[in-house]
Amino acid sequence: MYGPTAQRSFIQKASTSELNKGLEKLVAHEAHVGAVCNVSFDIHEGEIFVIMGLSGSGKSTIVRCLSRLVEPTAGKVLFDGKDLLKASGSEMIEIRRHKMGMVFQNFGLMPHLNVINNVAFPLRLQGIGRLERENRAREIIKLVGLEGRETSFPRELSGGQQQRVGIARSLAVEPEIWFLDEPFSSLDPLIRSQMQEEFVRLQKLLNKTIVFITHDFLEAIKLADRIAIMKEGRIVQIGTPADVVMKPVDSYVTKFTKDVPRVKIIRAKDCMETSGLSDISKDSIKVKSDATLEEIIHKLANTKKECCVLNSEGKIIGRISAETVVDALAAGDSR
Amino acid sequence: MTETTPNDLIDLEVSKDTWPKSMLAWIFLGIVSIILFAIRSDFGWIVSFPEKWVLPFAEWINLFMNWFIDANKAAFRFFAKVLTFPMDALRTSLIWLPWPAVLIAFCATAHSAGGWRLMIFTLSAFGYILVFGYWVPTMATLALVFLSVPLSVLIGLFIGVATFASHRTERLVMPMLDVMQTFPTFAYLIPILFLMGFGPVVGLVASAIYAMPPMVRNVVLGLRRVAPEVVESGVMSGATPLQLLWTVRLPAAMPTIMIGINQSTMAAFSMIIIASVIGGSADIGWEVLSAMRKAAFGQSFLAGIVIALMAMVMDRISRGFALRHTLAHNGPESFITRNQLIISVLCLMIVFIVLAQFFQSLKEFPEVWVINPARYLNDAVDYVISEYSGILDAIKNSFLIYFLLPIRLGLENSVKPFTWGFELNNTFIAYYLTLCIAVAASLWRLWGWHAVVGIVIIAVFYYYGTTGLPWPLFIAFVTLLAFQVAGFNLAVFAFLGLIFMLLSGFWPQVMRSVYLCGAAVFFAFSLGFLFGICAAMNDRFSVFIRPINDTLQTMPLFVFLIPVIMFFQIGDFPAMLAIIMYAIVPAIRYTEHGIRNINPSTLEAAEAQGCTKIQKLFHVQLPLALPEIMLGLNQTIIFSLAMLVIAALVGTKGLGQSVYVALSSGNVGNGIIAGLSIAIIAMIADKIIQAWANKKKKELGLI
Repeated sequence: MYGPTAQRSFIQKASTSELNKGLEKLVAHEAHVGAVCNVSFDIHEGEIFVIMGLSGSGKSTIVRCLSRLVEPTAGKVLFDGKDLLKASGSEMIEIRRHKMGMVFQNFGLMPHLNVINNVAFPLRLQGIGRLERENRAREIIKLVGLEGRETSFPRELSGGQQQRVGIARSLAVEPEIWFLDEPFSSLDPLIRSQMQEEFVRLQKLLNKTIVFITHDFLEAIKLADRIAIMKEGRIVQIGTPADVVMKPVDSYVTKFTKDVPRVKIIRAKDCMETSGLSDISKDSIKVKSDATLEEIIHKLANTKKECCVLNSEGKIIGRISAETVVDALAAGDSR
Repeated sequence: MTETTPNDLIDLEVSKDTWPKSMLAWIFLGIVSIILFAIRSDFGWIVSFPEKWVLPFAEWINLFMNWFIDANKAAFRFFAKVLTFPMDALRTSLIWLPWPAVLIAFCATAHSAGGWRLMIFTLSAFGYILVFGYWVPTMATLALVFLSVPLSVLIGLFIGVATFASHRTERLVMPMLDVMQTFPTFAYLIPILFLMGFGPVVGLVASAIYAMPPMVRNVVLGLRRVAPEVVESGVMSGATPLQLLWTVRLPAAMPTIMIGINQSTMAAFSMIIIASVIGGSADIGWEVLSAMRKAAFGQSFLAGIVIALMAMVMDRISRGFALRHTLAHNGPESFITRNQLIISVLCLMIVFIVLAQFFQSLKEFPEVWVINPARYLNDAVDYVISEYSGILDAIKNSFLIYFLLPIRLGLENSVKPFTWGFELNNTFIAYYLTLCIAVAASLWRLWGWHAVVGIVIIAVFYYYGTTGLPWPLFIAFVTLLAFQVAGFNLAVFAFLGLIFMLLSGFWPQVMRSVYLCGAAVFFAFSLGFLFGICAAMNDRFSVFIRPINDTLQTMPLFVFLIPVIMFFQIGDFPAMLAIIMYAIVPAIRYTEHGIRNINPSTLEAAEAQGCTKIQKLFHVQLPLALPEIMLGLNQTIIFSLAMLVIAALVGTKGLGQSVYVALSSGNVGNGIIAGLSIAIIAMIADKIIQAWANKKKKELGLI
């Protein structure tokens, strides 16, 4: 909430319903802009949580509230069971030094430091000795594939390379939670998809808890474990990519899902039928539960029969036919 | 009107029944002025403000200053003493150092700032200083620079950071910077002279104070320009507020801060030269002035070149450091490899210091090697003056008769048989009126009623002269202009400022200054505007004129007086020339910059529609560049006011002279009031034009 009396109006009000009522009133009043209102969600350990919305929808404000770069007018941010908004300045500095990492849309690199010093910067702030921090920085630079550019300055690097430095810097402190604020939005399309693949590779390696902000629905679908779609400071829908695509809550979400290549998003487990498993013949073709429809579709075309769906332990958990696939592809589409 | 385009129709409809209020105000002012002019012979106080109404501001200030000085003299004298030690030490050691050692130090610095070319330039500049025998006074001046620049940089950095960090400080500091930067250099010296007594330490303190505002401004600007994401990434890396300042904000703002150091250095140097003129200390400014007083133009010219060369060397070196990219440190290196250059330079210097103990010629530049061509230069100047005195006089006189005198006294008092060749008669007035009406009518077709008001004002000025204008009219005119362009607040400021000048009894001097500055600004801006257009249209001309501009801009103001005195002696005309030389630069620069920085796609669109080059200039480039060009006019006015006080040295009357007289007679009150008056004029002009340019930029969608 931005505005002249924002602090005064909200800081004391405890009950949520009262808060919401006040919010509506103030937003209606022109002096205040509710950047983010009444938004609440959980982020699970080790998942990629993508917040997707168009510009001005409040997604950047949310991630800045989580890291307290922006002070929320009212609310709670719970991290390891502790309310970050109640943390003192020095506690917050400690948390940022050891538990949080953040990547910025326009990289936010220190223009006066070269690559290795940029990456080692958070370590330097902690007072770690030069040799130790440079060794650590070298390791991470290797991890993000920037070996050989250690002594270059940001202005000498391409956008993609600069963002690799930004990623490396945010990883230098081995954070528990990793914020990425539109990290790939200012890159060219080709570089962007390359960086997305890099990102997936890194996450497989590191398995961090991630909050990822983007305005690109396809990017969100591609990377997310779960997506929150935002509009005008509110969350419209939270769910897995398949949830969002197959069961969009309103026409706003539908607009995004229209052009999505559903065969790449929806997986066998999302559309399989779980009843009548005993009827299935033993010699039918088997597919994995997390295979995308794209991978299944040619098998179905070949057999013209049902396939059985196996979970990761090899147990049959469902069945899938050409018909179910067609239903799934048409679901949630009002056309 | 035979043809009416739809556009004209709309204009006509609007103006038919509802005349713009702002226009009515000007018509009202016109009627008032007619009445005022009609009754002014009966009521003399309308033109010349009566002495008995004057409030003794100056005496009040003097009383306060006397009390303040009595109370604090000891402290200030002590402070001056404390400052004298490092200054004397630095001065003696610079003079004691063998000249080759100093030369090596400077060349090495120049090389690391700007490579071989700058080093060779520095070498030849110092060669000139040596060969023409100005080494010792130059070192004395440098000692002051080396002490005052770090002082003002450190204090400026501190104030800049404080200003950035707190809004309350900002509201306090920013207006003070405005006053400090428009307060004339001489006027600075007066209170400092009183508090600290004579001597070079006055120059030191004055220059440290004078050089601070550009540093503060650049620090604030640099800190503000640091990208928000860079700051956020610093916060997210876990920086404490202090770490954020030292490791993120200040280093990221460094390029802008370095430009501040460059500007500070140049301001300090300029002030030191002026202070030495007053203080009479044995440095290079004094050399110039004493030679000038003896009418030894050869010497003063040679010494003036030393000042110019030093200014250029210092500017290039400090700018070189500002533009240089930070060097990469590739991993841990040993102390010696990192400081190789410094160590080898120090070694070389020590070698020369040791050698100098055995060879006198290394210790002091041998007298026999010094050339002194001043006599030949004097002869050459004499020859030129005697040979071309007819032409020089003709130029000077025609400017005086047809331009300067009418602006000062008005056509009504300056058209005389011995000037224009005839008595002012009704036929002449009729011609004048017809001409004005014709011009006004043609401009009305082009730019509407604003242009007509402008023409009427110029015509009135030219006919009655600045000194013949009734003061209520002038005050009303400025206040109305300020109100319409920049709003109520500025109108109040302008009104109160002008009333202050009126009540303090400086009105005649104010009008005298308005006249000289107005005349100089008119020429500087018109010429600069034309040059600027040429530079924008022609790359070769632009390349040619840029180094000239750079040089003019780095010169300490004092230097401009030397050539004009040489050829035109003293008076308003040489003063005007000196002001023009200095104030023309921003007019050229802003015009060129404004025209060249127009969005290229707009120009492409104009070309695609079949604009000729001239059409493009008049219909696209100039209208779009107008706000920027007006900012150039703004700078021209401020520059010319700064030069006004210096020009008082060539015998002009007005506020500059008042400051100068106050300085030599020790009248603090008068000095401060005259200085403040100049600052107020500058600020009013500055705020009006800035407001106009911003409004225009918004209209054009440029910001």
